[in-house]
Amino acid sequence: MELALASLLNGVTYGLLLFMLSSGLTLIFSMMGVLNFAHASFYMLGAYFGYVISTRVGFFPALILAPLAVGAIGAAVERFGLRRAHASGHVSELLFTFGLAIVIEEVVHVIWGKTPVPYRVPASLDGPLFTLYSSTFPTYKAFMMAVSVAMLAALYAGLTRTRAGLVIRAALSRPDMVEALGHNVPRVFMLVFGGGTALAALAGVIGGNAFITEPGMAAALGPIVFVVVVVGGLGSLAGAFIASLAIGIVQTFAVSLDYSIHGMSLSRVAPVLPYLIMVAMLIARPRGLMGTRES
Amino acid sequence: MNRLAPAVLAFLVTTVTAFPAAAQVRIAYIDPLSGAMGATGEHGLNELQFAAELANAKGGVLGQKIEIVPMDNKLSAQESLILLKSAIDQGIRYISQGNGSSVAGALIDAINKHNERNPDQTVVFLNYAAVDPDFTNDKCSFWHFRFDANSDMKMEALTSHMQGDKGIRKVYLLNQDYSFGHQVAKAARAMLTAKRPDVQIVGEELHPLAKVKDFSPYVAKIQASGADSVITGNWGNDLALLVKAARDANLHVNFYTYYAGTVGVPQAMGEAGVDHVKVVSYWNANGTPPSMEPMIEAYKKKYGATSDPYSQALRSSVEFLVAAMKKANSTDPAKVAKAMEGMTLEGPFGPMTMRAEDHQLIQPLFIGTFVKAGGKLKRPAEGTTDFAFRLEQKLDGPATARPTTCKMRRS
Amino acid sequence: MRSSAWTWGASAALLVALPLVFRSGFAMSLFCQAGIVAIFALSYNMLLGQTGLLSFGHAVYYGLGALFTIHALNFAAAGWHLPVTLMPLVGAIAGLAFGIVLGYITTRRAGTTFAMISLGVGEMVAACSLMFPGFFGGEAGISANRTLGEPFLGITFGPQIQMYYLVAAWLLLATAAMYALTRTPLGRMANAVRDNPQRAQFVGYDPQWVRFMMVALSGFFAGLAGGLAALNYEIVSSESLSAYTSGLVLLATYLGGIRVFAGPIAGAIAVTLMQTVLASLTTAWPFYFGLVFLATVLFVPGGIAGIVLLHKRLWEMRLARRAAPVYARMALPVALVLVAGVLMVEMAYRASAGVSLRLAGWLLDTRSTGTWIAVVASFVAACLLCRWAWRGARPRWAEVSAAIGDAR
Repeated sequence: MELALASLLNGVTYGLLLFMLSSGLTLIFSMMGVLNFAHASFYMLGAYFGYVISTRVGFFPALILAPLAVGAIGAAVERFGLRRAHASGHVSELLFTFGLAIVIEEVVHVIWGKTPVPYRVPASLDGPLFTLYSSTFPTYKAFMMAVSVAMLAALYAGLTRTRAGLVIRAALSRPDMVEALGHNVPRVFMLVFGGGTALAALAGVIGGNAFITEPGMAAALGPIVFVVVVVGGLGSLAGAFIASLAIGIVQTFAVSLDYSIHGMSLSRVAPVLPYLIMVAMLIARPRGLMGTRES
Repeated sequence: MNRLAPAVLAFLVTTVTAFPAAAQVRIAYIDPLSGAMGATGEHGLNELQFAAELANAKGGVLGQKIEIVPMDNKLSAQESLILLKSAIDQGIRYISQGNGSSVAGALIDAINKHNERNPDQTVVFLNYAAVDPDFTNDKCSFWHFRFDANSDMKMEALTSHMQGDKGIRKVYLLNQDYSFGHQVAKAARAMLTAKRPDVQIVGEELHPLAKVKDFSPYVAKIQASGADSVITGNWGNDLALLVKAARDANLHVNFYTYYAGTVGVPQAMGEAGVDHVKVVSYWNANGTPPSMEPMIEAYKKKYGATSDPYSQALRSSVEFLVAAMKKANSTDPAKVAKAMEGMTLEGPFGPMTMRAEDHQLIQPLFIGTFVKAGGKLKRPAEGTTDFAFRLEQKLDGPATARPTTCKMRRS
Repeated sequence: MRSSAWTWGASAALLVALPLVFRSGFAMSLFCQAGIVAIFALSYNMLLGQTGLLSFGHAVYYGLGALFTIHALNFAAAGWHLPVTLMPLVGAIAGLAFGIVLGYITTRRAGTTFAMISLGVGEMVAACSLMFPGFFGGEAGISANRTLGEPFLGITFGPQIQMYYLVAAWLLLATAAMYALTRTPLGRMANAVRDNPQRAQFVGYDPQWVRFMMVALSGFFAGLAGGLAALNYEIVSSESLSAYTSGLVLLATYLGGIRVFAGPIAGAIAVTLMQTVLASLTTAWPFYFGLVFLATVLFVPGGIAGIVLLHKRLWEMRLARRAAPVYARMALPVALVLVAGVLMVEMAYRASAGVSLRLAGWLLDTRSTGTWIAVVASFVAACLLCRWAWRGARPRWAEVSAAIGDAR
């Protein structure tokens, strides 16, 4: 019982972090049809920027400044790079982000080195929040959950209550029509791309000190984020939310449950599970859980 | 390390004809110098170059200087084989490698095949950190010399230390899911039950290598099992994240590890690891004799005050190479290998013997605890200023030696 | 692309003559590697360039082919008889089999969905590799010895040069087969499905069946490449199946040019050179790799083959004389930009490692701000020069491009 509860909490926290990462990717993917391979790289940049800013200024300013900085970089990337690749088709855009991921990782290597950087949880948020039977639940994880939920709420409010959000939502399912109606879709794309990368950076600022901030963090989290986006469905943030929670919980429980299939313990199968789910989903229901359109 | 013009020239020349050996003893260092394990490989390169400089300062060997040729294998076994061929073509006959038993296994195989097919162009492999016990047991090779204690020897030392600690009642085994992790778990189980039959092994877990970001589920399982000690062969981020997660969940266990002192880990563990993490290693920065001071100072001056020259195995490999060459009065690998077998040299912590039957170096081992630096603990752990390893126990070489199943084929 | 017996003959002659000029073992290994990646990239282009299927999990067929071959080698050592020359066929058949099975699952959809499924399947198989160490070999992989059995006409496959000729022979055969495939109705149907699946459907072809066949056949050739890799390295580990290998073949194919049949061969050679030669020259090679790739995607989507074809057209249409001034004008600025850029990157990498840059006797201190200002300033200056030069050259180039475009 204790283990189940602890696993549930851990699973939900991990899932919420995944959601923070995948919400940006969903927006970008849904709207521009671009599978941003470099999305996890922006997450990494966010973590590093968060490290630099929090050591110079403070952690809470970093929460705002780092995503802004990375969002600006993302917007610039879209304006000067992605837009050009867009002219040559989806494959080119994809490959562009592929190359971008490589370059970003190298830049991080050069500036901050290959070893992890000492990005620490701020002292005010360190320590246990409450005790669950014999183990404690750290305050910082609760903070992570709070920020993720707040972000979802803000995103929801922004998309449903503002005019810009209306345009973005329309472009999520009917981009051509929106352009036909006269909106500056390229500018919207730029903003969405910048916004998506800013969200990833926010996830990085928060996740970077709980998990280790090092150049390999992008490659580690990248594939899972794609799984979440695909399973959740194109064009649907709610779908991404459900999918991230589901995958976070499934992965956590797969580890904690002492269950065996054909002599192989579930925890050893755990890394394969998200991909199995993704492949099954793509075959059975390619538009994902709550997708509004297929590809 | 840039040798742009000479490197281009070398390539052009070697592609047209095979280049005969130059009048310098060259060691190819084949390890990852980029990518996820790049930092570990770079640290090793620094230490090897430093060791070569030390040897050259004493006059080199047989009138020749030692030169290190770094080669980035990106942690790929296939890539390493290509680099091996390139090294052989450039006339290099000595290979140094350590990161990744998978790569070491491929190299041993390839070197065996090459030496068999080209007996006049033999190559010797100086392994400084690949600890799969097979390399000095069933898969032993005349051309391979290991300068690190293998994984079973380290477990022997750890469990000997645990034998005396009556506070240990329940042990949990958590390891990475690949050959090395499997071996650590197997050896831990066998040796613990032999030395402390009263200790209960309450759980055994394998997790995917270098993929887990959140160890809290594993920590929850350890907590549920009631263990007071955890034995783990985890290295790199896997170890640092595990220790952090344990602290976050308020798990009070002692971690018995192999690699707590290596690049990146002390830094990542920080406060979370203090007093809870023990390590078995052939190096303890605070247990060095006064004669090592100049060397350590020189190393820190060159590579930074927080850098710790913990890869003693690399220095040992160069010292043994030089001594063997002098003894054989030749730089020919076959003769040098013969001379190196059975050789004993005086190391910083005591005598080191290269056992002839399996080419495993027998050297003193230490058990250390990760604590706050200060007082008598002057030398901090790698990459930090506030933390250090306190020496708990020293085991002399013979106490760490283990029997071998090696049946070496000598040509 | 018009082929002729002349092209094939010349290529064969080149393959035969190559090891006679470059005799070192390192060059031999390089050629073998390039040849294997060439077959792999050509098989990938069957999907990407010819059928319009972007796959992120192509390494699965390559890796499984390699694994089956290495196990076959081990079986052969234990008595099962198959000449080493035909071993790659084991890999090819394994690739075909998995192509059929996995292809059936993955080709239900096309476009981005297919890409994601291939990514998922690729990651799945790669994750399985550590779960079944008996077959996949775990971290250490499976190794074998290719010098088994009685030497046939003195050929033992011990020396690398014999391995090279084996690779060269299979390369010729595989290229011929894949080229022939492009001329068959299936090949043409694949092109139709790539260009306009709906229309192909209207005409009566089933796009899904066509894609399925192409995946299966490309799995055959990928498995062949894997089999040759198994023989060449005598070791197969799980990285043959990894996302890295899938990414590498994607890069190689795209770099070479996906619209031209022989493009992937050029890309394979370029990538192999970058991976080995460039990597031995500088630790900044992944950065250059990424930059080259970005530049190709943004500026030269036709890849190396595209550039070659462009110049071939220039030559054929006798526009070379008109285009020459453009090259003359741009040559120096571009060279300066490259030199200054490389200098900057190398300085950055050295600074990060804490050492100085030693270049042909000069020592550039990476810690002095003066040197940095000089290097950055020279880069900026070179860029500005390039920009100015291009402004002057652009009208001339536009004229030449228009002339080429008109004549098409």
